[in-house]
Amino acid sequence: MTMPFYAPPEQVMKDKADYARKGIARGRSLVAFRYDGGIAIVAENTSATLRKVSEIYDRIAFAGVGRYNEFDQLRIAGVRHADLKGFAFSREDVDARSLANAYAQSLGQVFTHEMKPMEVEILVAEIGLDADGRGDQLFHILYDGTVVDEDDWVVLGGETEEISERFEEALPDAPRSLADGVRAAVAALAGPERTLTAESLEAAVLDRGNDRRAFRRLTDDEVAAILTG
Amino acid sequence: MSLPRFGPHNDPGPDFAALLRLTGTGPETGSLGASAQHPQAPPEIPHGTTCVAVRYDSGVVMAGDRRATAGHLISNHRIEKVFPADRHSGVAIAGAAGPSAEMVRLFQLQLEHYEKVEGTPISLEGKANQLGQMVRANLPSAMQGLVVVPIFAGFDTAASRGRIFEYDVTGGRYEERDHAATGSGSLHADTVVKLGYRTSMARNAAVDLVLDALYVASDADSATGGPDPVRDVFPVVAVIDAGGYVRLDDAELRRRTERLLRRHRSRREGDEAGAS
Repeated sequence: MTMPFYAPPEQVMKDKADYARKGIARGRSLVAFRYDGGIAIVAENTSATLRKVSEIYDRIAFAGVGRYNEFDQLRIAGVRHADLKGFAFSREDVDARSLANAYAQSLGQVFTHEMKPMEVEILVAEIGLDADGRGDQLFHILYDGTVVDEDDWVVLGGETEEISERFEEALPDAPRSLADGVRAAVAALAGPERTLTAESLEAAVLDRGNDRRAFRRLTDDEVAAILTG
Repeated sequence: MSLPRFGPHNDPGPDFAALLRLTGTGPETGSLGASAQHPQAPPEIPHGTTCVAVRYDSGVVMAGDRRATAGHLISNHRIEKVFPADRHSGVAIAGAAGPSAEMVRLFQLQLEHYEKVEGTPISLEGKANQLGQMVRANLPSAMQGLVVVPIFAGFDTAASRGRIFEYDVTGGRYEERDHAATGSGSLHADTVVKLGYRTSMARNAAVDLVLDALYVASDADSATGGPDPVRDVFPVVAVIDAGGYVRLDDAELRRRTERLLRRHRSRREGDEAGAS
């Protein structure tokens, strides 16, 4: 009888986590932050068609970094989750917290039970109904199902430490305008050696001023105007 | 609720109705109300009636009266039969009120779900076909008396013009060039529209025309409700152009309805004066 080699569980988990982190670090990062009119998400993305930031529901947005096919699968699952819930109950019963928990459950399940963990980090953002942004929520979910409830801003992807440091320094205190936030985000994503143009960025907002569906993408022209302004 | 995940073999794609079937949360196909045990639907369930749509120079106008009847009784004075389907289209429904409302809700979700999953909205023609499939799926219920007959209209952003689609109970889809009507008062309403229609009408003229059409229909059809200035009940009127779906507010409708009634009165008095 052949015996499989023994590997301690700690080692197995560590290997999986390293594998996932390496995959995530290969992609470009993104930044999300609250501004006076809602929540903005700015990602470095050279593709104009393969999106990292998307709409999930009326007041909920999704963003993912890492392997595109994996976080896109999660995005679609999230849209399905939200639409099914809204259909079965009511639109106001769809919330980011329960969606974040569903994602965490699913990612945790894959991480512990399957050979290959998902090489993704995702963000579920929701704007609250209050005009002062008290109900805003940012849930940062890691490849192993860890959920972090972020307060004001968050960085997802590789090199998060460097980008976070730069972002924290450049970001004005709340309440801040969208333009100031975007400029800080782009500077943090680019770092000292590079400059990023509007074409290599993807930006979207959950805008409290919009109708029922708060999600809106910023066009390249809008981003360029902000960066030069 | 856990996250709905599918393999490549059974993935429903952007189809919300298929997702409902796969997850077992939706209504059973073709049985929105009736079932084999109840071969004939009860006659006294609420029915909504007359809706019209008219194309004008930069879009379409849709309108529906506010009455629901159950048998010989008026069951609702303020029911709504015209709804936004998405940003650039609307749907107006005549027929059994319950299944109609359910169909509209499912249709709205179907369009939004597709747009979110695919990242791009369905073409206007595609939306019209989707609605046709839903009407077709309702055929077994329709055979038992729960008929649902919608009008679909919208602004085709690709062709830059308004378009109108009519349906029959089997899901047959017919594009109308200029105007359409559905429901028990549709015969009268359609005649008024036909007589008053001009190619490239302006928005205001088209709005006045649909109000007139519903007023005349309510005069001849007991299931169609007329305007009620006492209780502030006016038809639901929506205008869809390049800017999207906009429902007219009551202030504008009251103004236009009062002018319409004055016009009818003065025409009548003029006739009587001329005859004597």
